[in-house]
Amino acid sequence: MLRIGEADYQELRRHGEEAYPHEACGVLMGRAEGGGRVVARVARCANTRVDSPHNRYGIDPLEILRALHQGREREEDVVGFYHSHPDHPALWSATDLAEAHWVGCSYVITSVARGIAEATNSFLLVGGDAGRRERSFLDEEIRVTRRGDA
Amino acid sequence: MKAVALSNDEILRYSRHLIMPEVGMEGQQRLKAAKVLCVGAGGLGSPLALYLAAAGVGTLGLVDFDVVDATNLQRQIIHTTADVGRKKLDSAAEKLKAINPFLEVRTFETRLTSDNALELTRQFDMVVDGTDNFPTRYLVNDACVLTGRPNVYGSIFRFEGQVSVFATRGGPCYRCLFPEPPPPGLVPSCAEGGVLGILPGLVGVMQATEAVKLILGRGEPLVGRLLLVDALGMRFRELKLRKDPSCPACGERPTLTKLADYEAFCGVRGEESPASSGVPEVTAEQLKRELDAGEDLFILDVREPHEHQICNLGGHLIPLGELPRRAHELDSSREIVAYCHVGVRSARAVAFLHGAGFRKVRNLAGGIRAWADRIDRTMPKY
Repeated sequence: MLRIGEADYQELRRHGEEAYPHEACGVLMGRAEGGGRVVARVARCANTRVDSPHNRYGIDPLEILRALHQGREREEDVVGFYHSHPDHPALWSATDLAEAHWVGCSYVITSVARGIAEATNSFLLVGGDAGRRERSFLDEEIRVTRRGDA
Repeated sequence: MKAVALSNDEILRYSRHLIMPEVGMEGQQRLKAAKVLCVGAGGLGSPLALYLAAAGVGTLGLVDFDVVDATNLQRQIIHTTADVGRKKLDSAAEKLKAINPFLEVRTFETRLTSDNALELTRQFDMVVDGTDNFPTRYLVNDACVLTGRPNVYGSIFRFEGQVSVFATRGGPCYRCLFPEPPPPGLVPSCAEGGVLGILPGLVGVMQATEAVKLILGRGEPLVGRLLLVDALGMRFRELKLRKDPSCPACGERPTLTKLADYEAFCGVRGEESPASSGVPEVTAEQLKRELDAGEDLFILDVREPHEHQICNLGGHLIPLGELPRRAHELDSSREIVAYCHVGVRSARAVAFLHGAGFRKVRNLAGGIRAWADRIDRTMPKY
């Protein structure tokens, strides 16, 4: 399960709307808790895939390093990544899986239809252990919490 | 690489390699024919050189100009207690030859510079970067790009490490990831920030693994991937890297055609001694005289609390990072002497305080280390 505060949840959906018709993307900082992940912060990133920004996204590795370093001071870690699918369902694609490498992290996808955020889904990346299991995405629940409710 | 024959002694020595199809006779001969340049015989250089020697790499070049000191022994496992005071090159070459007498060690007692880097790099098939500073890291990268040699990169800080393979044909280089060095002083060195002694072992051994894979032409080298090592969480994570088409070193229209002044590029001059920072100073001897004379001095320690616990000169502790918001704790009418470990952080503190309007602030030249060396020899050094 991915727990995320209402404000952070709306922030990543709004980012998808603002970036439309391009894909928005970013990093979710937080901590692992009881087998799930709790988001403490949403860090917007620029989409580096300027070659095809309407259906691809890329995050500059320096932005991830920066998020990791800033998170270290707050005892936060990368718990996931988010991106948007302009005019496309909030489901992972073969490219999403091929480019996802952070096993144990949540990958959140928001579909944005004509500029308006619709469904937001999260997928947990599993597998990839010593080559025995292929990496795959598992559907996971997103629990949106109000302030002080996390 | 031309094939070389293995003697019966070598066949016995490398038998656990030879019975693996991924290495075999051909792979072991490739290792023997390989020439690897290791820049630095310190934290990273120690484990990686030891393993490359043991694995049967034929020629190992070592570049270093330092001598072994006691603070090295916590992590630089190629050197022993008896080696303190010896040249690192002599100490390392002796251990490597002891592990593998079939190894040819070429030592270069010099700092890697813009003047010698290309010539040195050209003598080897690849470079393994065991350096601990940004100017040399950019220099190693650029020399590798210009000579077409892979750069097996590793870096360490406290509990974190990074490993990658840069400057291969078609792969990204260090500049594709880090186009600009960090501002001077922003990233502390291991000497300032500390490092877990085991971490260079982890990272250096991964560099050695990558070097051996490149020589064998086996497996998936860390090309286009930056491996992040978090020893505290014991997590290994990977960042995908892309070759930057506009990279000045390896891009489509490279502007870097020769090696430049890397110290200036990184905004530092050598070891960045406090003397070059231009702030008023007091020597350890002068401070002793003033204290003995009973002068009213406010002694300010700008190190971290855990350093203050190791040894201190009394006085007030305000870590450098907290100084901007705690400067009000200081009395600008009093004579202030700031100190740190070796005088670099306190020089920054003095410059900051001058900018904030403090007029009577001096820096203890050489820090508490100079005090321990010359005034109070019973004081522990670190």
